[in-house]
Amino acid sequence: MVNRKKKYTSGEGAQFMTRKSALKKLQLSLNDFRKLCILKGIYPREPRNRKRAQKGKAGIRTLYHVKDIQFLLHEPIVWRLRDYKIFNKKVGRARAVKDFEKLNKYLNNHPTLKLDHIVKERYPTFIEALKDLDDCLTLCFLFSTFPSLAHVPRDQSALCRRLTLEFLHAVIEGKLLRKVFVSIKGYYFQAEIKGQTITWIVPHHFSFTPMSKAEVDFKVMSTFVEFYTVMLGFVNFRLYHGLNLYYPPKFSCLQQNNEEKQLVDEDIFVAERVAALNLPVSKTSNELVEDDFEIDKFNADGSEANEEQQEEIRKELEKVKNLKNLFKGQKFYLNREVPREPLVFVIRCFGGEVSWDKTLFVGSTFDEDDETITHQIVDRPSMEKQFISRYYIQPQWVFDSVNARDLLPVQKYFMGEVLPPHLSPFIDPEKDQEYIPPEARALYNENELEEQFKNDENKKNDDDEDDDEEDDNEENEEQEGNDDQEDEEGEEDNEENVSKKPKLSVSTGEVYKEIPWEKSRQERQEFRLREKMIKNKHRHLYKSMMEGKQKRAKEIWLLRKKRRLHDEKEKGQKEKKKSEKPKKKIVTN
Amino acid sequence: MGNKQEIKHVKRKNQEETNSTEKEAESTEDEELLNVINGEDEDSSDDDELEISGSENEESDEEDEESEDNEEVESEEESENTDDDQESEESDNEENSEVKAENSKNLGDSAGANINEKVANNEYEDFDSSDEEDIRNTVGNIPMNWYNEYKHLGYDWDGNQILKPETGDNLDAFLKRMEDPDFWRTVKDPQTGQDVVLSDEDINLIKRITAQKIPDETFDEYAPWIEWFTSEVEQMPLRKFPEHKRSFLPSKHEARKVSKLVHALKMGWIKTRAEAAKLRAKKEPQFYMLWQTDDQAEDMRRIYKHISAPKRILPGHAESYNPPPEYLFDEKELKQWNKLKSAPWKRKLHFVPQKFDSLRKVPAYPRFIKERFLRCLDLYLCPRAIKMKLNIEPESLVPKLPSPKDLQPFPTILAIEYKGEKCQIFFFLLQKINWFYNLGHTDMVRSISIDKTGQYLLSGSDDCTIKIWEVNTGRCLKTIKTNSVVRSVEWCPNAALSLVLVATGQEVLLINPNVGDYLVNSKTDTVLQDVPKSDVVTPERVRATVQWIEPDEEQYKNGVRLILKHFKDVCQVTWHAKGDYFATVMPDGQNRSVLISQISRRRSQLPFTKSKGLVQCVLFHPTKPFLFVATQRHVRIYDLVKQALMKKLLTNSKWISCMAIHPLGDNLVVGTYDRKMLWFDLDLSTKPYQTLRLHGTAVRGVAFHKHYPLFASGSDDRSLIVSHGMVYNDLLQNPLIVPLKRLQNHEGFNDFGIFDVVFHPLQPWVFSSGADATIKLYNN
Repeated sequence: MVNRKKKYTSGEGAQFMTRKSALKKLQLSLNDFRKLCILKGIYPREPRNRKRAQKGKAGIRTLYHVKDIQFLLHEPIVWRLRDYKIFNKKVGRARAVKDFEKLNKYLNNHPTLKLDHIVKERYPTFIEALKDLDDCLTLCFLFSTFPSLAHVPRDQSALCRRLTLEFLHAVIEGKLLRKVFVSIKGYYFQAEIKGQTITWIVPHHFSFTPMSKAEVDFKVMSTFVEFYTVMLGFVNFRLYHGLNLYYPPKFSCLQQNNEEKQLVDEDIFVAERVAALNLPVSKTSNELVEDDFEIDKFNADGSEANEEQQEEIRKELEKVKNLKNLFKGQKFYLNREVPREPLVFVIRCFGGEVSWDKTLFVGSTFDEDDETITHQIVDRPSMEKQFISRYYIQPQWVFDSVNARDLLPVQKYFMGEVLPPHLSPFIDPEKDQEYIPPEARALYNENELEEQFKNDENKKNDDDEDDDEEDDNEENEEQEGNDDQEDEEGEEDNEENVSKKPKLSVSTGEVYKEIPWEKSRQERQEFRLREKMIKNKHRHLYKSMMEGKQKRAKEIWLLRKKRRLHDEKEKGQKEKKKSEKPKKKIVTN
Repeated sequence: MGNKQEIKHVKRKNQEETNSTEKEAESTEDEELLNVINGEDEDSSDDDELEISGSENEESDEEDEESEDNEEVESEEESENTDDDQESEESDNEENSEVKAENSKNLGDSAGANINEKVANNEYEDFDSSDEEDIRNTVGNIPMNWYNEYKHLGYDWDGNQILKPETGDNLDAFLKRMEDPDFWRTVKDPQTGQDVVLSDEDINLIKRITAQKIPDETFDEYAPWIEWFTSEVEQMPLRKFPEHKRSFLPSKHEARKVSKLVHALKMGWIKTRAEAAKLRAKKEPQFYMLWQTDDQAEDMRRIYKHISAPKRILPGHAESYNPPPEYLFDEKELKQWNKLKSAPWKRKLHFVPQKFDSLRKVPAYPRFIKERFLRCLDLYLCPRAIKMKLNIEPESLVPKLPSPKDLQPFPTILAIEYKGEKCQIFFFLLQKINWFYNLGHTDMVRSISIDKTGQYLLSGSDDCTIKIWEVNTGRCLKTIKTNSVVRSVEWCPNAALSLVLVATGQEVLLINPNVGDYLVNSKTDTVLQDVPKSDVVTPERVRATVQWIEPDEEQYKNGVRLILKHFKDVCQVTWHAKGDYFATVMPDGQNRSVLISQISRRRSQLPFTKSKGLVQCVLFHPTKPFLFVATQRHVRIYDLVKQALMKKLLTNSKWISCMAIHPLGDNLVVGTYDRKMLWFDLDLSTKPYQTLRLHGTAVRGVAFHKHYPLFASGSDDRSLIVSHGMVYNDLLQNPLIVPLKRLQNHEGFNDFGIFDVVFHPLQPWVFSSGADATIKLYNN
């Protein structure tokens, strides 16, 4: 008799395993399995054919790759997790019988997880660790603001605080920061380390709010942090090493007593943390780490495109080099209402010097009445005592300057001024179908910037100029490309224009004039016919793509419209004010 | 010690004598006193209200009472009291404190016992003397408002009622207030209801209490501090018996404990603080150089085919704390956002953009922790798979076809409309106005056909007429009325015959239109006049299907030369290329739905014995003896000579409407009611070579040009699409199909658009007949 092959013993059916069967195989509880998955970075996988992968069972199950589970099977941590189970039992018993001596003994010798090998296993190279650093940093920064919580080890937030601070120091020393963005969620920082862009979020003050267990399970997050702290530590170590710094960073001027450190409360701790940011880290050697390298010129092809590319890269490098020393020689003084941590970090990253009121927080380096201060950062509408020798600017100037990679003119950012919008630096202006607000367009195009500036000046002088018209024209042009209907409207407009032309009394022979939009119209018609010849296979794809395109175009159109309406409204208000003012004068006269 | 006690007794007694009158009331009055000082109304001094007055005072009151009650008892004990307790001093009245101050100086070495304890002990030891005080009212310590409704206040010792003293009315009270100089210091005793005038001392006391000073005036707060318990070793022992022996011997028990600890330390079971700190430091993660190089991986077991998690999408302008104004939600958008609370993934943004005019006003984001948590969940719970993302422009999916400009000539603009009004003007010029009512169709034009020379156009309409038009001028030359709706017309392809086929109702008319060459016309007539004699007997089946009838005189005058009367409605007629045979289609005719007739022999035959479905239309091959029969879903090709089915074309569509064959005979275009046009290359396969979805609605007419590589289709969406359909002689090269031009001049009527499309035989012109009762000519 022929043995018939059983179903699902090969192929996708044999490749996947449900979570339940994985638990059975590993002989772990669900909690332990979760912890193991988080630490080891094991995740469920989406099979190509779900039905086959689930061995014909209906519904949607969490499927793990069989090889992943086998991989977990060989993990020494599994034993440690079992130790934990025993430990918990022992502790529970000791507590129940009130044998506090034993209890203490157990608690002092609790088993600890060692995760070093997992870091190396998950991130075979340093570069790969850097690639995955986004989540790690964001979560560590969040945990560094946490108070002690149930289910979160008590020293975890302290460790996070230490490691994030170390990382910030590395970024400062290496001048690795590239972009900053203040969003309603927090401060986005983007650094470039070894060619990897790393973005992390630092929440605003008082980010911790108690959450119900149904909403947020801090235990899960804590497990993540447990791994991330180890990972961040190793990354920090290597970063410091690469920058010729001592790893547990030594601050050349900072001296504190250990006992004092234990006594300080949370606020002082934060203050010290910021203070530490303002201090240089001592180096292992005085050699400069050379990172300004020239690109070798090689013209293998000799093609122009290649040269152009190289030229572009060179320009970019030049810009980055400038950016690194953006605030060099500038001295900043922070008023007390300004959030210090992000500002100190940013300014120090780009070579500036910072200080603050020494009576409020530790670590200030110079006083307010220092004559060499170039900028004082204030976040209040007015100040009584002002120095003439410095600019009083709002904090946004620092962030906008970094994103523009140049020191922006300070006029718009003076104390009490209505700030220009703060734009996201993460949007690629060259990507098509992206709405670019007028302010951003001005930033990308320097000529326009000047023009706008001039226009602003003019506006201030005579309030007659319109720079909106320009924008509107551009809008029209762009919209023509996007929407056919609008195009037709445009045609009508043009026709009207034609009819409006004054008629001459003497009519000469008419020269056939090619109607400019006729050609494009015809082309569009032809294209629409051609569109119908798309292969059946691609029809839906094309349709959905075009739908997406149209949706985006509509969004852009909506934003533009809103902007136009807003501008018109503002203009109207200005005019109203203008017209009201003289009247008042007359009354007073 | 005895002396001191005596002194105190004497003093006490003296003072008691002097104050005897006031003492009576004092114990109960204190509460009222306060009220007086505070200026409250006397009358309303209920116990409930009394409680409202400061709690401190109450306490002191109570203590006062106690002290008063226990006066005598206390005085005996007080010799032993070592009063360093400030509170008790404060609470005591004048005399007490005075005495104590004296006492305290001398009682330095008395044993330390707390006065409070003593007092408490006394209370329990001795009988309760509070009732023995000079209290006339015997109701006890009850809220006096219980007696509010009675005339009396309580009972005296003898059990007689104590009547409430008369209280005057408001006027009396007022007069009293005005006249009595002591009014302000008069208080009412709630127990007796009597007015009591407070003495100066009482007032003083009250003032001090309200000022939160020590009530006793004479008490020196700043007296030099006397250390009762000094660190100096006294000369004499406090107790007369010596220390116990065990206080000089080391404790065995302790020694045992210590040895245990030492042993534990030795064994490392317990740790000293320094050691513990060291250990803790060791337990903290130790970092070292984990990766020796940046990008060289060591060999290790790793995750199988790792898929790294995608990064979070970076924020746009909308998330800024100070976004450009256009990003802020207006009311409508906000409403929309709120409405999608149950389906947040449908929201345009996952947050509401906000604008803050300065950085210090930006609050913490309330969902921050939640978002991070969700990200964590994504990282370990979300199934991962590699999905290839298409990174192409949608335009690249559009096939690259030659530009229509290179494929000219083809019809592009509307040249002539064949309809009533236009002709009216035309005839007006010729001053033949009385004709104009007959001009133009008044109903849908179902079918058109053009003669071989391209001069005349034949049209059949739902208004039961056929019309013949001059193509170049748009003039209607002739109108012939029929009995019924004209479904199909076709001009005879034989140039030698001036003959048209008209399908109207159940009849098919052969009409000589009498236009064009006179010779041809007359010759046609003569040919048709003589009936050929044949000995072939028409089978019964055919005879039941069709009858050849000679027209009557009037009909003959109109040009009708022959009438074929069918047993069912005829919906289509079509000529064979030679012009001798023609085929008629009766969709309702079951197995007799297709009929082929021959004019020269005046004979009909039914090619099929079995019904293959609802026949939509038939078509003759231009060169070969093939017949194309389109049923609802398939096109069958029959070889008429062999009398066999050659091929069955699978259209893969729901309902075929029309067909047209390329003049070379190798390509067939089929129009369907489900919007498609199917191009069959008969050499290739039975499936369509290309499916064209050019129209939005049902396709009703397709046509090929005789000479130019053009084909056209008309549909219910009122558009006529002219396409380039190049067929190459080379067998290896597939036909090239390029849609060229969309012409949309017809008007819709009852959801119908264009019914029929015909090309000019010589020029690249196209005719279309529509439901709006017009025929339009487009030229290049």
